[in-house]
Amino acid sequence: MPLSEQEIAGLRQHARQLRQDILDVTFWAGGAHIGGALSIVEILVLLYYKYLSIDPKNPEKEDRDRFILSKGHAGVGFAALLARKGYFDFELLKDFNKFNSPFGMHLDKHKVPGLDASTGSLGHGLPMAVGLALGARLQKRQWLTYCLLGDGECNEGSIWEAAMAAAHYKLTNLITFVDRNRFSVDGNTEDVMALEPFADKWRSFGFIVHEVDGHSYTELSRAIEAAMKEKAAPVLIMAHTVKGKGVDFMEGDVRWHYGGLDSDTLAKTKQSLASTAKD
Amino acid sequence: MAEGLTWNVYDANTMTQADIYGDVLCLLGEKYDRIVGLSADLAKSTKIGKFAEKYPHRFFNAGIAEQNMFGMAAGLALSGLVPVVSTMAVFTTMRAAEQVRTDICYQNLDVKIIATHGGISFGQAGTTHQCTEDIAIMRSMANMTVVVPADGIECGNAVIACIEHPGPVYIRIGRGFEPTCYENDTYGFEIGKSVEIVPGSDITLICCGITVLQAREAAQILKKTDGLSVRVINMHTIKPLDAEAVRKAIAETRRIITFEDHNIYGGLGSAVAEVIAESGKACAFTRVGIPDCYSLVGYPEDLYHHYKFDADGIVGKVREVMGKDFEEDENWEDGF
Repeated sequence: MPLSEQEIAGLRQHARQLRQDILDVTFWAGGAHIGGALSIVEILVLLYYKYLSIDPKNPEKEDRDRFILSKGHAGVGFAALLARKGYFDFELLKDFNKFNSPFGMHLDKHKVPGLDASTGSLGHGLPMAVGLALGARLQKRQWLTYCLLGDGECNEGSIWEAAMAAAHYKLTNLITFVDRNRFSVDGNTEDVMALEPFADKWRSFGFIVHEVDGHSYTELSRAIEAAMKEKAAPVLIMAHTVKGKGVDFMEGDVRWHYGGLDSDTLAKTKQSLASTAKD
Repeated sequence: MAEGLTWNVYDANTMTQADIYGDVLCLLGEKYDRIVGLSADLAKSTKIGKFAEKYPHRFFNAGIAEQNMFGMAAGLALSGLVPVVSTMAVFTTMRAAEQVRTDICYQNLDVKIIATHGGISFGQAGTTHQCTEDIAIMRSMANMTVVVPADGIECGNAVIACIEHPGPVYIRIGRGFEPTCYENDTYGFEIGKSVEIVPGSDITLICCGITVLQAREAAQILKKTDGLSVRVINMHTIKPLDAEAVRKAIAETRRIITFEDHNIYGGLGSAVAEVIAESGKACAFTRVGIPDCYSLVGYPEDLYHHYKFDADGIVGKVREVMGKDFEEDENWEDGF
């Protein structure tokens, strides 16, 4: 069912909050992967406020949907989202990255409630998601497994090993996203190690691909609902995004892949967010 | 040991090590419906194929893609299942080392690994398929338990025990054609607890895997020809190591040799050396294994002989170490 205007307004509100949180936690943490955390905000918000069947009061609930953040370096945003969903107190994030904190830049499932897998090393999330989806099918569980990949991460061979397996086992209870923000650490993905024709690569591996604007709730929602109904092959949602989305001077600038914020810069980011919000 | 499993040792004596674990897994599959099997196009060679034949819907062939296979195993474990993964030791511990470490050990998941073709048991295949580093690698991963069974019967015992043992377990076996050491499975196998298979007071041989049987034979020869009382310990669990058995050997025999089908660095010998060094007691000590090189090509029996961990080699090493002095504390002022 298409999202209502009211739903979209609510999601936008959550996204604005999450972007502010990402910047605040980055300030407290002394540095974080800001660019790639800002590019996935709409995907995370839509999944966690609309589609995932989860219960923050019972994080280990057996029949919950699973979500694996394969691009684990976006943990700064994911942790903030989980806090706002009520898995733990947001104030705890003030210790992000600090000595013996439960929160480091790549999140640990033994320390962070709401996390279905520890990630951080690229290329590991999709294989685990394939295992989760296979496990669900074998045990006749109805829950879905969602996996969010970075685009640069798809240079890893293990992603394509897992893609082969997902198609081989016809895992239609697995929904995979690629955050196609076009940058990895060293620059544009097409200069570092070309991924294009990227969607065709997934198609040739046996996926049904939906290419969407990764900041459009309407487009993302349409693709997710199509994926939920798909019975022929696993679905990949290629979400075209902007790295650093929402902060004008960070957008599309690879220097903000990872960075720290002093109080002046933090204030500037907040101004930028506020002006974008008026659009 | 898992209750309700019956195991016919008479069959075991005529079966290969790998066949036995395949059969044991099939039996365990009946008892535990959470067990699933995985291999990477080596179901037949590793004998996990027996489980695959009996439970086709509970077996997943990952194809020749070990990194994805161990990631998938982690995901299956996260979904509440107990994956048993079997492929060659070299691909488990090196090709997929990071998946084993980060996906399985870091998350402390119930994934049980049966790694075949360990050491130089597949000597004729050359260095690419030999694996003399795996014990060192697996031992350094927190949460991992490392077991090197002496033979097929002990492998069966280890596979049964690992299912109920929490967390990841690495069971390292040979190619599967190794001779049997034990006559039955009732000697009291327990993960982390070594077995003194020959009592003795002059020297202790601490062994794992195929060297256990060879050391037992060597002890018999040395008793007859040299009148030596040689203790043989089957240290089937390398981690957690039975340090108490090592300390007892230091105190009671003051001479220790380790024998393993593995590089002398990082494996059983190193684990035992750590205990000896920390004990503060003087002890004549030598490690025997692959002397930090890539093994020659050849059939395993010829290689074991060449690297001196067959019975003949062990006899020679014992005589050498019996002639070696260890200094009592009061003699230490003269330096080395």
